[in-house]
Amino acid sequence: MTETRFTAEHEWIRFEDGVATIGITAHAASQLGDIVFVELPEAGREVSAGEVCAVVESVKAASDIFAPLAGHVTETNAAAVADPAMIARAPMADGWLFRMRLADAGALAELMDEAAYAALVEAA
Amino acid sequence: MTAELLLTDAPNPLRETPLAALHRDSGARMVPFAGYVMPVQYAAGIVAEHLACRARAVLFDVSHMGQAWVEGAGAAEFLESCLTADLANLAPGRQRYALLTNAAGGIDDDLMVGRLSPTRFLLVVNAARKAADFARMAATLRGDVTFQPDENRGLLALQGPMAALALPEAAHLRFMDVAEIQIAGTACVVSRSGYTGEDGFEIGCTGDEATKLARTLLARELPTGGTVTLAGLGARDTLRLEAGLCLHGADIGPDIDPAMAGLGFAVGKRRRREGGFPGAAIINAALTAGAVRRRVGILPEGKAPVRAGAAVLDPDGRTIGAATSGSFGPTLGAPIAMAYVPVEFSSPGTGLSLDLRGRKVPAVVSALPFVPHRYAAQA
Repeated sequence: MTETRFTAEHEWIRFEDGVATIGITAHAASQLGDIVFVELPEAGREVSAGEVCAVVESVKAASDIFAPLAGHVTETNAAAVADPAMIARAPMADGWLFRMRLADAGALAELMDEAAYAALVEAA
Repeated sequence: MTAELLLTDAPNPLRETPLAALHRDSGARMVPFAGYVMPVQYAAGIVAEHLACRARAVLFDVSHMGQAWVEGAGAAEFLESCLTADLANLAPGRQRYALLTNAAGGIDDDLMVGRLSPTRFLLVVNAARKAADFARMAATLRGDVTFQPDENRGLLALQGPMAALALPEAAHLRFMDVAEIQIAGTACVVSRSGYTGEDGFEIGCTGDEATKLARTLLARELPTGGTVTLAGLGARDTLRLEAGLCLHGADIGPDIDPAMAGLGFAVGKRRRREGGFPGAAIINAALTAGAVRRRVGILPEGKAPVRAGAAVLDPDGRTIGAATSGSFGPTLGAPIAMAYVPVEFSSPGTGLSLDLRGRKVPAVVSALPFVPHRYAAQA
């Protein structure tokens, strides 16, 4: 089962086979412009929902990335660290940021679905 | 994600330049800057626009900058009462970089002064400072001199190694020449200068004709194929930082004197002897004695961009200064910054470190500019 949810902070979270993958949305990537640097959490870190756990920097802006839900970071995208431009090229595919095991997968339901997120972007 | 745009500020109400419609038609992202809504970038993005300026030729709208005419038999003498440059000996057809200083020896603004005739000068000042500069200068007018801000004038900057190929009308100008030149039927004031470290021109004309002039220049073909392309204020900032050029309000300001800033060249030799500008005694003494703190380039290790405000630490971990500008330098593919540090830490190669969000990052002092200037031949 694959389920993709979104946050008001313009992150996406895809839940698949018990693992959640997190990245920034295409809207966020286009707002940031050229991405030149990314700092990701260490694998093994415990994060709580809303905690700052990564930074994505463009030429002009530094943007904090928040953990969408509580959990345990299992993996980070080394390819995106080596080539941060990848995040803007494919924000919802190869440009993912990190993976985590959720403390409570049921909390996903509290986040926005695609239609609700599209409406939020539209209203912005 | 919370984005904090570091380039912008937002005083109200925001004004537009004569090229606002062209920007919107060209896919610009418009942001508030110095009281104007300005293009920070176009669809290509800051990095591509920056690299196009280093490789080819790009066009910036800088119509938000202040332009003013100063005319009269005593114009040079009046300007010397406010500014540091030797303007009495500035030949007609030449332009000079100058500082508007205050009584404490600080830099209230930096500007370009072009002499179009023995009695007629054109000033180009920073957008964020123009109201204050012009009010102050108008208040100290004397004799037969007239001072006239030209609020509706347009200003374009054509910059890059192919700029002269795109503007054959002005290709005869030497670096820092200024002349009245017709471009496709529009009367322009063209100087061979800029704010990118590259060869190029700044081109003023009436606001009514600015869009037509911009479209003419954007249609000009380059030898590499393609035409002149637009670049926004984001690329302008990264280009000037690589070129080691100061941004007023960041790297220089009312509490920074020219000696600290390394801008002694803006104080003419005769002006150092004779003074006659605000703060002259303080500034000339500082230039003679040498500054105890100096503006330097900073090259951090790694890829994390340094932003203005980041603390600079000495090898013992003591805070000795702060970054005044910082960004990713697209030509270098690495972060770059400028900072003020005590003179004993100012030699290129000196090892320092930076506090980046609580993380200590090693850095070295770098000579400025980070990217060598490639201006047209001097006089």
